[in-house]
Amino acid sequence: MDETSKVTIDAASAPVIEPGYTFATVTEKISAIVLTRPTSNGWFVGFGIAFLATMMLLYAIGYLFLRGIGIWGVTIPIGWGFAIVNFVWWIGIGHAGTLISAILLLLRQPWRNSINRFAEAMTLFAVACAGLFPLLHVGRPWLAYWLFPYPNTMRVWPQFRSPLMWDVFAVSTYGTISAIFWFIGLIPDLGTLRDRATNRAAAIIYGILSMGWRGSARHWARYETAYLLLAGLATPLVLSVHTVVSFDFAIGIVPGWHTTIFPPYFVAGAIYSGFAMVLMLAIPIRKIYGLEDFITERHLQNSAKVMLATGLIVAYGYGIEAFMGWYSGDRYDAFTVWNRLHGPYAFLYYSLLTCNIFIPQVLWIRKFRTSPVLLFAVSFVILVGMWLERFIIVVVSLHRDFLNSSWGMYYPTRWDFMTFFGTIGMFLMLMFLFLRVLPSISIFEMRTLLPEAEVKE
Amino acid sequence: MKRDPIYGMMAEFDSAQALLDAAHKTYQSGYRKIDAYSPFPIEGLADEIGFHHNSVPLVVLIGGIIGGCTGYLMQWWMSAVDYPLNIGGRPTHSWPSFIVITFEMTILFAGLSAVFGMLALNGLPMPYHPVFNVSRFAMASRDRFFLIVFSSDPKYNAPQTRSFLETLQPRSISEVPS
Repeated sequence: MDETSKVTIDAASAPVIEPGYTFATVTEKISAIVLTRPTSNGWFVGFGIAFLATMMLLYAIGYLFLRGIGIWGVTIPIGWGFAIVNFVWWIGIGHAGTLISAILLLLRQPWRNSINRFAEAMTLFAVACAGLFPLLHVGRPWLAYWLFPYPNTMRVWPQFRSPLMWDVFAVSTYGTISAIFWFIGLIPDLGTLRDRATNRAAAIIYGILSMGWRGSARHWARYETAYLLLAGLATPLVLSVHTVVSFDFAIGIVPGWHTTIFPPYFVAGAIYSGFAMVLMLAIPIRKIYGLEDFITERHLQNSAKVMLATGLIVAYGYGIEAFMGWYSGDRYDAFTVWNRLHGPYAFLYYSLLTCNIFIPQVLWIRKFRTSPVLLFAVSFVILVGMWLERFIIVVVSLHRDFLNSSWGMYYPTRWDFMTFFGTIGMFLMLMFLFLRVLPSISIFEMRTLLPEAEVKE
Repeated sequence: MKRDPIYGMMAEFDSAQALLDAAHKTYQSGYRKIDAYSPFPIEGLADEIGFHHNSVPLVVLIGGIIGGCTGYLMQWWMSAVDYPLNIGGRPTHSWPSFIVITFEMTILFAGLSAVFGMLALNGLPMPYHPVFNVSRFAMASRDRFFLIVFSSDPKYNAPQTRSFLETLQPRSISEVPS
């Protein structure tokens, strides 16, 4: 690329990293957050609140173990309730992290380099929160290992034709791959922290975690290959995970579930909510830690555009659901649509349309994509909307199916809310710990973005 | 066997370009046992030091094949051989419903092979390495670039190698004790 064309491309959008940085200053700036910057009172307050919420979660789980899932609002016909709503919501949020780290890497989008690390951490913590719910929902969580095929004295094996079994494999693979992808990305930066640490204990701990990384050219060559291959593997994986989650519904014959639009529409919804969470984390982090030079307006704009695009796919999904209710000619499908619009949960359906379709259209306006405060607010609305979407899919479909005699209503109890808000607390607590002990931006990938990293052979 | 007290001769450079050029010249002048260290991956550097055979992709391919076979055979054996359930006369070897788990197992095994294969081929974890004896080497993870000629290189000769490295105009040169 010649110099003039490069300048025009750069001028077309805000930079990925503000000019004036060198290898040394990028390193210092990011590693200082972990190594030298004193832990602020704000961190302790935030961590404290998140910690208390986590304790509330443990209390709710403890009581659940004591009394069983009767303390939740789940009844027949609504056997799935909050647990599955929250499971799908959390696992969807996780998807944006893998999208940013894997798919954008393959698509050669260098702007991802400054947000991939904490987006991957977000994925990991979101999957941890998601994984809790099915385990608690099985009723006897201490027997959850029965889900895995292991030789046992009962001489039975799991039913591999069940989408719930597919889900076990999909989610556990996703959790494992996310964890190793995150860790492999951290290794060179842990080496940097080891070399920069002034505290002996910190140097030893980072030294052990970095595995003796020394940045040899041979190591980098294998490392880059492994990283790229892992990205190539994670890309179909992330698309498969929410597809399999949608099979949990779509394979069933319940009206409102039994539809082929579910896999793509679930994946789009997952990325939609995931980017909303990325922004809700990135906006405060860049402000508090002064990282506006690394997480620039460009990142906010691009994330907003991804939300706008995936939001429109989700809107298309809602449209097709309503259309199929009419076009299929199936009276139960038609009733499901009618019930959403006029049934006892209609208020939630209108809230869903408002949160997920109408309000996010403001992202067409440039100001809403560049203003951190407005974007934060829109992201919050989207996260609420995506939670409502899962509530409508799970609860509103189940509560009135084929026979009027088996209709029912679902009312969540305080234990449902305590468990849900408790997982948000746990998620934030893990995020706070992550920000404090690990580099929240990939240092070595930021170095490669600097002009001085370019070489000619 | 007694260990050579000197591990090699190390030169420090200021920029990625300088390291790349130095690595090229060192290899051209006949040194074969050399290595380069940088704070981020530099395109083409591995080629310059004579590293062409990267076997990570093969490891990942083998891992993926093993994973896929394991996934499918596990389901087939458990559902059709060891514990066949006759449900309305449906086939016990119902391959379409085995595809999802086969796919997930392929990804899982390939991904784990990528990470553990890369670490194993790199000889990591390795907490001690002679290059860490050079105090300036701590900068290799920040903004400095290093080139080393190992003492095991047949052409290695302390004074000659030092004077050769000096022609590359490095920032500093140090002898690395092992």
